[in-house]
Amino acid sequence: MNFVWLFLIITSFIFAAVNGRMEDVVNAMLKSSQSAVLIAFSLIGIMTFWLGMVHIAKVSGLMDIFSKLTTPFMWLIFKDVKKGSSAFSNITLNFSANALGLTNAATPFGIKAMQDLQNENKKDKKTATNAMCTLLAMNTAGFQLVPASVLAILTVSGAKNPTEIILPTLIVTSITFICAIIISKILERVF
Amino acid sequence: MREILNTISVWILPVIISVILIFGAYKRVPAYETFTRGAKEGFWIAVKIIPYLVAIMVAVAMFRASGAIDFIYEILKVPLDKLNIPADTLALIITRPLSGSATLGLFGEIVNSHGADSYAAKLSAVITGSSETTFYVLAVYFGSVGITKFRHALLTGILADIFGVVLAVLVSRFFFYS
Repeated sequence: MNFVWLFLIITSFIFAAVNGRMEDVVNAMLKSSQSAVLIAFSLIGIMTFWLGMVHIAKVSGLMDIFSKLTTPFMWLIFKDVKKGSSAFSNITLNFSANALGLTNAATPFGIKAMQDLQNENKKDKKTATNAMCTLLAMNTAGFQLVPASVLAILTVSGAKNPTEIILPTLIVTSITFICAIIISKILERVF
Repeated sequence: MREILNTISVWILPVIISVILIFGAYKRVPAYETFTRGAKEGFWIAVKIIPYLVAIMVAVAMFRASGAIDFIYEILKVPLDKLNIPADTLALIITRPLSGSATLGLFGEIVNSHGADSYAAKLSAVITGSSETTFYVLAVYFGSVGITKFRHALLTGILADIFGVVLAVLVSRFFFYS
């Protein structure tokens, strides 16, 4: 990531110099740092709420029951995670919320799952484990059953039949999702 | 199909919350107390994400503002033209993993300029709806646990994005291209 990050910033300055857009780049730098903080803060409310709920589920033992139920399925993908770990239930909840397009609810579950995986990480706490990379691949692939925001834009703009994009999108997003997990599994042997 | 999914989407959260609360009450967990103890973490997680999110979002925003995307666009334009990928959709493809809001903005423009029933709009809809903002997801998820060495995660995300675009083009051609 060090290289990618440096590359993005240095090439930005080079292209800005060539294109005469230095002022735009400086403005983007100032503005986006502010919007990054705003986005982080806008997560606080929903994050706080779900972490509270999840804590009740954890103390009552509901999380353990749910983990036992989901372990057989999730264990197929996350073989190196300890059986019965609460990571399994959080990953399942993260996946389900994403599939239903509830991105706001999916993020706290995903973060909770990452924390569970980090607790199991006995090596370097700054380096991602195989399971973390797989969970990330599941999320960057962006699997969802109905693309709500896209449909909204098409509908507002007067498309004759906006729902006709649902099936092709579902085909693409499901195959890409599976493919992302496979790519992650292959690359984890290399890196 | 869509209505069923909408109903599930509306009901799923109330159902999950009710199950958690009712089971908690059955196990005699002090609900309010336990909720607030767990919820305390929320603020600190958000604060913990900030440096990672600033680092990645600033780099991406600078990259977009510098015109580097136009350069990639010029290189890819000729080969992609042969595959009948509209030029505006190409800009959306390059932007998709970098910025979610910019992608929706570009999508809105494509729908406006090409028409909501055009091939460009439909292809762009499939691409936008079937992918995620890879860089943002990386920053939030890994940032929340302090991971700075991503290993193969970024490459996986980018490769999956490329695979998704290729598949979207093939599927959209089959469904929509005439």
